Amino acid sequence: MLIIADLTSHYGRVRALSGITLSVNEGETVALIGANGAGKSTLLRAISGVQEVSGGKMSFQGTDIRTKAPQERVGLGIVQVPEGRQVFASLSVEDNLRLGAYRRRGPSVAADIVRMMELFPVLHARRHQAAGHLSGGQQQMLALARALMAHPRLLLLDEPSMGLSPALVWAVYQAIADLKRQGTTILLVEQNAHAALSLADRGYVIETGAVVLTGTGAELLKDDRVRAAYLGL
Amino acid sequence: MSSAFLQYLFSGLTIGSIYALAGLGFSIIYNASRVINFAQGEFIMIGAMATVSLTGLGLPLLAAAPLAVAATVLVGVAVAKFAITPARGASPVTLIIITIGISVFLRGAAQALWGKGFHVLPPFSGDAPFVVLGAVLLPQSLWVLGTTLVVIAGLGWFFGRTLHGKAMLATSCNPLAAQLVGIRVSGVVLGAFGLAALLGAVGGIVMAPITFTSADAGIMLGLKGFSAAVLGGLGNGAGAVLGGLIVGMAEAMSAGYLSSSYKEATAFAIILFVLLFMPQGLLGRAGTERV
Ligand SMILES: Nc1ncnc2c1ncn2[C@@H]1O[C@H](COP(=O)(O)OP(=O)(O)OP(=O)(O)O)[C@@H](O)[C@H]1O
Ligand SMILES: [Mg+2]
Repeated sequence: MLIIADLTSHYGRVRALSGITLSVNEGETVALIGANGAGKSTLLRAISGVQEVSGGKMSFQGTDIRTKAPQERVGLGIVQVPEGRQVFASLSVEDNLRLGAYRRRGPSVAADIVRMMELFPVLHARRHQAAGHLSGGQQQMLALARALMAHPRLLLLDEPSMGLSPALVWAVYQAIADLKRQGTTILLVEQNAHAALSLADRGYVIETGAVVLTGTGAELLKDDRVRAAYLGL
Repeated sequence: MSSAFLQYLFSGLTIGSIYALAGLGFSIIYNASRVINFAQGEFIMIGAMATVSLTGLGLPLLAAAPLAVAATVLVGVAVAKFAITPARGASPVTLIIITIGISVFLRGAAQALWGKGFHVLPPFSGDAPFVVLGAVLLPQSLWVLGTTLVVIAGLGWFFGRTLHGKAMLATSCNPLAAQLVGIRVSGVVLGAFGLAALLGAVGGIVMAPITFTSADAGIMLGLKGFSAAVLGGLGNGAGAVLGGLIVGMAEAMSAGYLSSSYKEATAFAIILFVLLFMPQGLLGRAGTERV
């Protein structure tokens, strides 16, 4: 579904991605793990089109997406929950959800908002409040719900558990597992590898902008290097 | 209340309305692009001058005014498309210099087209004044106040109720997230310039029968609109309206009670005071609220 070959990206003269090659198949959940500064967020931003790439190939469902604008990629179904949630802080919870469906038109949008509020009841209770007033965990739920409003075919999740209490991490992963069961294709970035690899079908380990290891989630969980570097075992 | 005071109040509210509309223009553009658009005053001038020349060609006001507004909106969008969007990513100072350049260019073009002289538009519905408690209220002042109220209500509807308005707010709040939900940010910038040009043109047209207009009229009006926006808190819509009314009022009061030669200085005294002592403005700047 998503095929990336030899992708490079720079911040000025600093190279953040130095030839990433990976793929995500339809219906799969793929974990991407790596330390601080490995280039995980840069890769997701490049896939969404909000980070310039300097070389390589990127295709989605057979279409070359490298030259497509971010909004066109959203239209194709590539939707990201960015690092640090990035809710529209001064807008209401409901408006955040409504804007998630910006590329869609029609009456089904209102029905979807209702559905999201059933899925995440805390959003319903606070639907008229400014999103900036929600707690971190609630904002994460909102960011996820906002992304789902776009009807993603490929959902990119950048550290959805960052900064959350263990109970909330569990809730977020519960929500991701549900999406996986419903057949959503997911590319999940995490620094904390255990939860991500347990959930994922496959995983990639990236270091300084390149893939250094790949395998099924179970294989990676057993791998000595992964255990030493990312699981603290 | 003395009738003199009431008189100054009327003229302060009237001119303050125009500053409020200009201030809103500054804030809308600032929110969408973090650009401080020093060509806002030229939008006001173009609206007024185009209406003058279209009515001069024999068009009725009812046709000339909307055409002039449309032309100004086109100018605004063109400015964004050809001068602002290509410079995306430039430093704020560079962008400010670009907008100053645009204002000089538009002023020059207006002089070439319309000459340097002063022009006046006839009042929309006569000039028989109402006398209220001894103070004179021109019918055109009611046009200014009424139009301003309608425009502000329209903006409230646009930003509060429409998807495009919300997309604009979202872009100003978090441009990255806006892109990630599929909002075309460059489109928002064009829309903001178009909307700011519309506000300027409408203000310029309703005001033209009261103040004379000329190709240079935009300089002062733009600076006063900027003071209004800064006083209210740059990027804050309600603040721009409040700021505009205060600047207008301060100007009218100082002209009335001190001397009309202080009039122009008032706005600048306000800008300096705000920039030095309360850079957030009265109601706070946009985008400072944090998660
Ligand atoms: N805006 C930026 N300007 C310059 N360099 C940047 C910028 N953002 C990231 N980098 C650099 O690019 C590299 C990759 O960063 P990236 O944010 O993609 O890492 P990451 O794997 O997501 O890290 P983290 O786990 O901390 O989120 C790092 O060396 C980082 O310092
Ligand atoms: Mg990151």
